[in-house]
Amino acid sequence: MAAKKPTKKTNASAEELKAYYKDMLLIRRFEEKAGQLYGMGLIGGFCHLYIGQEAVVVGLEATAKEGDSRITTYRDHGHMLACGMNPDGVMAELTGREGGYSRGKGGSMHMFSKEKKFYGGHGIVGANVPLGAGVAFADKYKGNDNVTFTYFGDGAANQGQVYETFNMAALWKLPVIFVIENNQYAMGTSQQRSTSSAEIWERGKAFGIPGEAVDGMDVLAVKDAGERAVKHARSGDGPYILEIKTYRYRGHSMSDPAKYRTREEVQKMRDERDPIEQVRNILLESKYATEDDLKAIDKEIKKVVNDSAEFAKNSPEPAPEELWTDIYATEVPQEA
Amino acid sequence: MATEILMPALSPTMEEGTLAKWMVKEGDTVSSGDIMCEIETDKATMEFEAVDEGVIGKILIQEGTEGVKVNTAIAVLLEEGEDASAADNVSSDAPDAAPAPKAAESKPAEAKAPTAPETDTTPDWPEGTKLKQQTVREALRDGMAEEMRRDENVFLMGEEVAEYQGAYKISQGLLDEFGAKRVIDTPITEHGFAGIGVGAAFGGLRPIVEFMTWNFAMQAIDHILNSAAKTLYMSGGQMGAPMVFRGPNGAAARVGAQHSQDYAAWYMQIPGLKVAMPYSASDAKGLMKSAIRDPNPVVFLENEIMYGKTFDVPDIEDYTVPFGKARIWREGSDVTIVSFGIGMTYALEAAEKLAAEGIDAEVLDLRTLRPMDTASIIKSVMKTNRCVTVEEGWPQGSVGNYITSVIMQEAFDYLDAPVINCTGKDVPMPYAANLEKLALLTTDDVIEAVKKVTYK
Repeated sequence: MAAKKPTKKTNASAEELKAYYKDMLLIRRFEEKAGQLYGMGLIGGFCHLYIGQEAVVVGLEATAKEGDSRITTYRDHGHMLACGMNPDGVMAELTGREGGYSRGKGGSMHMFSKEKKFYGGHGIVGANVPLGAGVAFADKYKGNDNVTFTYFGDGAANQGQVYETFNMAALWKLPVIFVIENNQYAMGTSQQRSTSSAEIWERGKAFGIPGEAVDGMDVLAVKDAGERAVKHARSGDGPYILEIKTYRYRGHSMSDPAKYRTREEVQKMRDERDPIEQVRNILLESKYATEDDLKAIDKEIKKVVNDSAEFAKNSPEPAPEELWTDIYATEVPQEA
Repeated sequence: MATEILMPALSPTMEEGTLAKWMVKEGDTVSSGDIMCEIETDKATMEFEAVDEGVIGKILIQEGTEGVKVNTAIAVLLEEGEDASAADNVSSDAPDAAPAPKAAESKPAEAKAPTAPETDTTPDWPEGTKLKQQTVREALRDGMAEEMRRDENVFLMGEEVAEYQGAYKISQGLLDEFGAKRVIDTPITEHGFAGIGVGAAFGGLRPIVEFMTWNFAMQAIDHILNSAAKTLYMSGGQMGAPMVFRGPNGAAARVGAQHSQDYAAWYMQIPGLKVAMPYSASDAKGLMKSAIRDPNPVVFLENEIMYGKTFDVPDIEDYTVPFGKARIWREGSDVTIVSFGIGMTYALEAAEKLAAEGIDAEVLDLRTLRPMDTASIIKSVMKTNRCVTVEEGWPQGSVGNYITSVIMQEAFDYLDAPVINCTGKDVPMPYAANLEKLALLTTDDVIEAVKKVTYK
C-alpha cells in the first residue's frame, strides 16, 4: 500500500521524520495488536482503534513542551502512546490487569497519567471538552504558560457543552487548544448527515476563536498548524481551534461492521493518503533512510508491541480487594 | 512460521458466530487490512481483516459453518516463502487457554452479632465555649472565606456569585476580599462551568462550584457523576476531583415544580461523592470547611428557607465538623426520629410537642448522608426500639427507605414497630398556596408517625 502522492517538500530533519515515522508506526502496530487481542477475547467491552488517525496526535505532540496537558475521548490509545506513556501499561489496562495504568479498573476508555499530564480517557461524548478547558483554567490561575490539548471528534462537535466551553474559554482567554479530530463519521453517521456546517472550526468564529482546517493525514501539516495554535494559546491570547481532517480505517468500535461507507472509500484513503506511508516515502526519497533502516525500525516497534502484549497477558488480574480501593481519596492529591 | 488464524470475538458479548463467506482461498497472499472472510455475529455481518502478511496455507472451517466458537482456528497463515506443508505444523496464537493469572480470593466477612455499635459522641465544641448568633447564610460565607484565606487554590465560581454578591447573598463580600480571580461570575451555563470546575480540580485547584439552585444542576449532573465522582476510581487512584458543588436544594416557597426538588436521595447513591446537608448554622460552617478541605468531590445541599435562620455558632478559630458523624439534638427513650437539613425543623418541633404529651423522642441529625453515620442510628434504635425518618424528598427511593433497610438488617430484633418514612408527597410541587402546603412535609405528619410507631 504505497502512498502514490508524495508529500510536498519539507524542512523537517531526518531525525524528526524518523521520530514521526516511529511514533506513528508504534500506534498502528499497537492498535493492530489490540484488535487481535480483542478477537481472542483478551480485551473485552468496547475497544475503539485509532488506526488511520496517527498523524494527528504525533504531529501535535511534536509541538508540546514539558508541562502541557492533554485530554481526549474514548478513542485514546494513540494519545497515550504519543505522549510517552508506557505501551505495557496501556495494553495491560486493555486486558484489565493489575499492570494497567488504572490497575485494570478503567479499561480501554478510561486511562490517565498524572506523570504525563494525560487527563483521560472519557466515555461521555463532549464531556472532556469543558474538562480540558478546566485544566487550562488551572494553568492560567497558577500563572504558568502551559497549554492543554483538548481532543474531540466531529460527533462531539454537536454537543451543547462544547459551545458553552467555547464561550467561556474565549471570555476568560483560557490556554486551550481545541482539536477536532474530524474522521468524518460520528459512529455510523457521516458529517453531512449530522452537521449543518461543512467546516466545523468556523463555528469558533461566533465566539471570536481563531482556527483552521488541517490535513490530518499529513503529520507535517498537523505539526505546522499545531505550532500556530500553541503559539497563540501559550502567549495568552486564548483558545485556538484545529479541525484536523482525518480518517479511521477501522469501524467505530470492534463490533461495527461499517456498512455506512464503501470498502473503496476506505481503500482509497489507505492507498493514497496513509500518514505513515507518506512519511516513509519522504524518508526514502530524500535519502534520509534506507529500506533497511526502516525495516530495523519496524522490527523494533514490533518487539515493543509484542512485549506489551505479553506483559498484558501475563500481568495478574487485580486483587479482589481492588474492588474497594480508590473510591475515596484520603489525602489531598498532589498537584498534577 | 505458520500461524493459526482464530475465530475472532467481534462484539462485547459474542461467544460464537457463523463463518458466512471466505473472501480468500488457499494459496492467496494477504496483507494487513485485506478482508479474509465475513463473519455473522448476533448483531451484524462483519468483515474480518488480515492483520499480518502471509499466504493462506489452509482453510480449516468451511464457509457456511454455524456456531463457530471464538478462538477456534479457522485457517492457517504461512509466512512468505514457507511451504504449504508447514500448514500442518502450526504454532497457535491462541491465548494459551490459560485465563488471566488470578489474584488471591478474599474470605467473606463473618456475620456480625447484633450488638450496639461504637459511636463517636464527643460534643461538637467543649463546654464553656463562647457562642455567637449567626444565620446559616453568614455561617456558609464565613466557612468559605476562612478556607479561601487558608488556601489560595480555593476559588468560587457560579452565576451571580461575584458582582451581584450571590443570588441568595451567600457570597456577600467575597469579591471585595478575594478579587475577580478567585470569585468568578459565570455565564448561565451549568453544564459547561461544572465541567470546567471539575477540570480545574483535576489540574490541582480546589473549586467551589455554586449552583444558583440544585434544580439547575440537572444540566450538569453528568459532570458531577461521571467526571467528578468516578475519576479517582477509573484512574486507579492517580487523580480525582477535590471540590465542592453547592447551592440551595429542595422547596423554597411558591416557586413551582421545576424549582422545588430535594436531591438528597439522588446524590446519596453515588460512590465517589460525599454528600452534606446541614441543618444548623454551626454545621453549615463546620461542614463547609471540611468539604472544601476534603480530597473528594462533595455535594453540599443547602436550603433557601434555612439561610435566614439563626443558631448558636461556636466562636472558635478554625471550627470544623467531621463528615459521617450524626448529631444528637435531643436524647429520648421512646422513639428515634432521624432527619437532616430542613427536615430537622419538623423533627425537633414534633419532638417538643410530643414531649408535652409524654412521648420522649430522641432526635438525630445525620448532617452528612454519605458517609452516613448508620452506627448512631442503630445504637439509638436499639435503645428506643422505634424509628421515624423525616425528609422533604419524595417517598420512592428515599433516604428513609435506605435507613429502614439498614435497621432491618442490623437491628431487626430490636424493632417493636415498623419504621415509618415521613416524606414529601408523591407529586410534583404545585404552585397554589393551599396545594403546596398539602404537598410539603409537616410537623403533624411527624407527630402522627411517631404516635403510630409508639401505638399511642
